Amino acid sequence: MMNNEQSNILTRRKFLNRLWAGLGILAGIELIGLSFTFLSPNKGVSSGNNLKIIGAVGDFPNDSVIPYRSGKFYLVRLPDGGFMALSLACTHLGCSIHWNAENKRFICPCHSSEFDMQGKVINAPAPRPLDQFPVIIENGMVKVETSRQLKRNKSDKLDITYA
Amino acid sequence: MFDMDSGKKHRGFIYHLHPPKINVEALKFSRTFGLGGMAFLLFLIQLFTGLLLRFRYVPTPAGAYDSILSIQNDIIFGQLIRNIHHWAGMLMLIFTFLHMWVTFFAEAYRPPRTSNWIIGLAMLFVIVLMNFTGYLLPWDQLSYWAVTVATSMLDYFPVIGENLKVLARGGDNIGTTTLMNFYTFHTGLLPAVLVVLAGFHFWKVRKAGGIVLKKENITEKEIFVDTYPHLVIRELIAGLVLIAVLFLFSLIYNAPLLEKANPAYSPDPAKAPWYFLGIQELILHFHPAIGAFAIPIAVIGWLIYLPYYKFENNDNLYTITARRRNKLLIMALCGVLIITLPGIFTDELFFNHWLTGLPPLISNGLIPITILILLVYGLYIVLRKKFGITKKEWIFVLFNYIMFSYLILMLTGIWFRGAGMKLTLPW
Repeated sequence: MMNNEQSNILTRRKFLNRLWAGLGILAGIELIGLSFTFLSPNKGVSSGNNLKIIGAVGDFPNDSVIPYRSGKFYLVRLPDGGFMALSLACTHLGCSIHWNAENKRFICPCHSSEFDMQGKVINAPAPRPLDQFPVIIENGMVKVETSRQLKRNKSDKLDITYA
Repeated sequence: MFDMDSGKKHRGFIYHLHPPKINVEALKFSRTFGLGGMAFLLFLIQLFTGLLLRFRYVPTPAGAYDSILSIQNDIIFGQLIRNIHHWAGMLMLIFTFLHMWVTFFAEAYRPPRTSNWIIGLAMLFVIVLMNFTGYLLPWDQLSYWAVTVATSMLDYFPVIGENLKVLARGGDNIGTTTLMNFYTFHTGLLPAVLVVLAGFHFWKVRKAGGIVLKKENITEKEIFVDTYPHLVIRELIAGLVLIAVLFLFSLIYNAPLLEKANPAYSPDPAKAPWYFLGIQELILHFHPAIGAFAIPIAVIGWLIYLPYYKFENNDNLYTITARRRNKLLIMALCGVLIITLPGIFTDELFFNHWLTGLPPLISNGLIPITILILLVYGLYIVLRKKFGITKKEWIFVLFNYIMFSYLILMLTGIWFRGAGMKLTLPW
């Protein structure tokens, strides 16, 4: 028979049992962690330099939108001559947006979000402006860094690259 | 004790699932509609047809679509096997959903069946995931964009949303890793989890003494009959009829297959899988953080919490009579007619460009959800003051209101959303 006082004493048997239980839990956590690291996508493998030459500055008339489906972006030249590379993916649920030349806006087929030429939201439900890729202009050539998709919370003048 | 059992050892397994004698009241088809059993039969059909498809399916973006074409065109009965797999998967989800609804009606979610209600919810969740992971595998325009839309919804979970999305897709976009992930979940992990849960579920049914028999329906003298043949023959008939209907349907109607997936061009309209269209309809009206996260999580949490409600007259568990139930159902339907349906129309027609100056989370999220909660609370006040409903009856009304509303939202998404997801007529 065991009274209260004895049951509070940490015997060797109890200590070893707890040790086993603790090690078991630790092993379980390790297995879960291992599974997650195994399954989480490799970062940094694809991050090479993906600067793509799109064309000469003069090739793009002001106030034009040209899709580059392979690079997953639209190259936009604003009426004032500024360049932007806007992602095809709607910021709402990732459908690919269409350019509607008549109304001068991007329209998403999934939930009818609408964006203006700079990617700013005109019509909800999209919660933020279109993502963009950095545009670099060197020696009169327009280049787009296609591996760096930038999220932005609001549309800004600084997002635009001028020749 | 089991005299009738002597020399009939082949029935041993049946008596693992069912007791040797069963209350004659429990045999009535309308008590359960056999939905749980039929859902399990469908699962067995899925294991068989799925295994056959797995022999010939190629889980890569380059090969998947062609392998489906080859299964349909080059293999004898290949199209039929794919059809059966497609329709049975759909039916399994529908039956499981209805099974939950019937279980709620029978108040079988109450103690002592608490844990089995929660296991059942877990099974429904796994079956939704099985349907969803299977949806991507054909790699056509339908599956590619449905999965794009549905996985993007994960983005709106607070804090861990983006990680969840990237983990599910195996990268930023849908590609080789996504297909491999979905394939492994669909053909390996999820069926295994479901087998374990199903075994547990059946054992718990048996342990609780079978299905719920409401007191109002029990005749003064309880009559018991032999499970074999009275119950077994009924199960056999239900199973054979189900198989016959499924095969006939699959002979006539082909599983859909559009052109091969094109990541640069989303079809208009692009819709999530049909069972998620209720949620997609919600995010047409609410900010995604509310529509794709807060509302679904609140509903799932409430469903899990259901068995833990305490009621005043706890001695009499099954108190809602059939007549009263019909009245409560009408109340729930009225709620749908007053709140849900007008909500869809007015939001679409009048409030679409409302308060665009405010941040979307407020104008499109907090304000509409507050209005919705106030309306539902108003419904409760009216029902309590005018019709004197009790707490338990309100839970009954609310459950049915949520279920009916989801069906309405889903059907709106399936049939009444056209180009640009604008409200249209399907004919």
